[in-house]
Amino acid sequence: MNKPLMYLGQGLAYAMFAAVLGYFSTSPKYTHLPADSALVKLSFTHAGQRKGACRERTDEEMAKLPTNMRIRKDCPRERSNVTVELEMDGKQLYHVVLPPTGLSKDGVASLYRRLPVPAGTHRFVARLKDKEGGDFDFVRDETVLLTAGRVMVIDFKADAPGAGGFMFRN
Amino acid sequence: MGKAHDLHHKMSNYLRKFWQRPENLFNAPFGQALNPWYHLGALTFFLFWVVLVSGVYLYIFYRTGVREAYQTVEDLTHEQWYAGGVMRSVHRYASDAIVLTMSLHMLRNFASGRFHSYRWFSWVTGVLLIWLVYASGINGYWLVWDRLSQFLAVATAEWFDWLPLFSQPLARNFLAPGDVSDRFIMLLSFAHITIPLVLLLFMWIHTKRMNHAETTPPLPLVVGTLLALLVLSLIKPAVSHEPADLTLAPNVLNLDWFYLALYPLLYASSPGAVWALVGGITLLLLAIPWVFKPRAAIPVAEVHLDNCNGCERCFRDCPYSAIVMQPRQDGRPYALQPVVDPNLCASCGICVGACPSSMPFRSSDFVSGMELPHQELAALRTETDRALAALQGDARVMVFGCDCAYDVRELKSEGVGALSFPCIGMLPPAFVDYALRDARADGVLVTGCREGDCQYRLGIRWTEQRIAREREPHLRKRVPLERIECCWAGAHDADLARSGLAALRARIKQMPRETIPQDGAQEDVPEPEDKKMGQSL
Ligand code: HEM
Ligand code: SF4
Ligand code: SF4
Repeated sequence: MNKPLMYLGQGLAYAMFAAVLGYFSTSPKYTHLPADSALVKLSFTHAGQRKGACRERTDEEMAKLPTNMRIRKDCPRERSNVTVELEMDGKQLYHVVLPPTGLSKDGVASLYRRLPVPAGTHRFVARLKDKEGGDFDFVRDETVLLTAGRVMVIDFKADAPGAGGFMFRN
Repeated sequence: MGKAHDLHHKMSNYLRKFWQRPENLFNAPFGQALNPWYHLGALTFFLFWVVLVSGVYLYIFYRTGVREAYQTVEDLTHEQWYAGGVMRSVHRYASDAIVLTMSLHMLRNFASGRFHSYRWFSWVTGVLLIWLVYASGINGYWLVWDRLSQFLAVATAEWFDWLPLFSQPLARNFLAPGDVSDRFIMLLSFAHITIPLVLLLFMWIHTKRMNHAETTPPLPLVVGTLLALLVLSLIKPAVSHEPADLTLAPNVLNLDWFYLALYPLLYASSPGAVWALVGGITLLLLAIPWVFKPRAAIPVAEVHLDNCNGCERCFRDCPYSAIVMQPRQDGRPYALQPVVDPNLCASCGICVGACPSSMPFRSSDFVSGMELPHQELAALRTETDRALAALQGDARVMVFGCDCAYDVRELKSEGVGALSFPCIGMLPPAFVDYALRDARADGVLVTGCREGDCQYRLGIRWTEQRIAREREPHLRKRVPLERIECCWAGAHDADLARSGLAALRARIKQMPRETIPQDGAQEDVPEPEDKKMGQSL
């Protein structure tokens, strides 16, 4: 091969190299969330209530304990599951039962869940229960307008302002 | 040789043939010595320096703050597009190129069977490098704190949350704008210095076991690569997405597929599936050196102290640093003796070619200081004698070849004899002299793998330098270089080898036979005794 032809070939190889870099560094485009969708993120950490009731230790029991551990109240450590539901426009969007964390099941339960939904006005009902048996302790019912691409965070704090513990951040 | 061994041999042969096809295309425009496929490891090293230098420039202007980060990168891109903008683009494209050259480097080492036995260390540290390269690159994309960074932060958190490691979901750190602090951006930028430095450390470890590791590509490739990166940076400057906004979900993203290809998979499948994929690929890669290992272990190089004067040539030439020099044990008056580490030895025989005792002119029971037990030099000399005796015609050629390259036995004919070494680097220059002495052959053809593509890395380089009398042991001065042709032809390059042979034969036909020194022209033949050898060093 003669010199000019060799340089041409090299130029071609470098052009190919640059083209591959240039193209795949931004293309093809990736559509993470369809254009007409919004995103609901249901996320919180919350400790379920203790499974059993506390009781008082008797004097005899107290005497048996080392001095530094003589506490009158004896509480079971294990916590209840936390049950959560999210309903959108009358249909269940998500339902989960969260066990407490930790080896002795006394830790907080936590949740993070992304739920893509169509953009538009929706009525959401969020419910949470943090004890054994019975009905949902916390319920929040809210109608919101979710524009396309919007993220709505639904957080939960038992002592949140207003009723229902849930907070809709849109 | 068992069936399993045959199968392994066949498979690796096919693989190599398949891989060499696209590679050979580049030999015409670049020439063998500059074929970029033969310098992928060195190119990756070079690209790392490019990324480092451009990164330092960007760092000077970068401010760590949720808003400042984005703004300073915007200013670099637009206010000083001619400097900061170009640097940013070069930084990005060189990082992308690292993924490209590293992947090809890995595939190429796999396809050419360079990963098992003593090479396991390079392979396994290489797998670690993949992780570090990806960690560095993905981390870099967070620093801009644009919509893509936001997507990566959230997606990475969601991905890691699948692991049962954290008491609270990491993704909760990216729920609302207030969740991300200036300190977080500072942490990211700190990581973007630390991780690449760890990468550099492991790049050093990766090449540590190799003698003369090629960590700088040839200058023309350096220039070409830099130019390509610069031109690309001017044609298509790297730009940011919109600034990050955690109240909005990123929808359409210009993804860098070199680094981020797995992210869409998180949502098309699940974080667990991506962990399985990534973990599976990593484990598979780590297992390769042991899964695809040839059954039969090759005997390693052996030292024969009786014929060793401790000259260190074998130590200097070994491509895998498998030889160490230790204090002499046998009472002879030399300071050092070589010791071969069987775990590192590739059985290439390059050390045999380096040893001054590899001297076929010596008496009948000839043993060198270094020998491959399954390819002893005395036996190879007998074969050479037999081949030389059978040569006929007026352009008689002795071919010395290499088991890894073109099979020189296919060149045999009435006027052509052939002998193959495990690596052409095992050929002692004295064997060339030996073949031409007494006019037993009119020319010598030396072949081996493609230039720059030696299976044992340094065999070709040392052979060329020994023949050119630039590296010990020198080819004796009395040997006329016109009677020697070096032709580097890979396993499937029959045409190259044949044309090399034809060129040599045409040339020697023009030369009168008497120019070859006759027996007795021994002016510079050394005595085989140790004393003489010691002096000549
Ligand atoms: C940042 C990434 C990497 C860099 C900078 C790099 C660089 C290098 C360099 C400079 C060499 C020496 C070449 C020579 O002188 O012959 C080498 C050899 C090698 N590399 Fe890499 N490498 C990288 C990644 C990898 C990966 C991902 C693998 C495979 C998993 C790998 C496997 C090997 C092997 C097996 C060798 C030995 C080749 C031989 O013995 O002939 N490397 N690398
Ligand atoms: S045979 Fe090759 S790898 Fe082994 S000691 Fe000799 S030069 Fe080194
Ligand atoms: S090259 Fe030969 S003589 Fe020199 S140290 Fe090695 S074995 Fe000994």
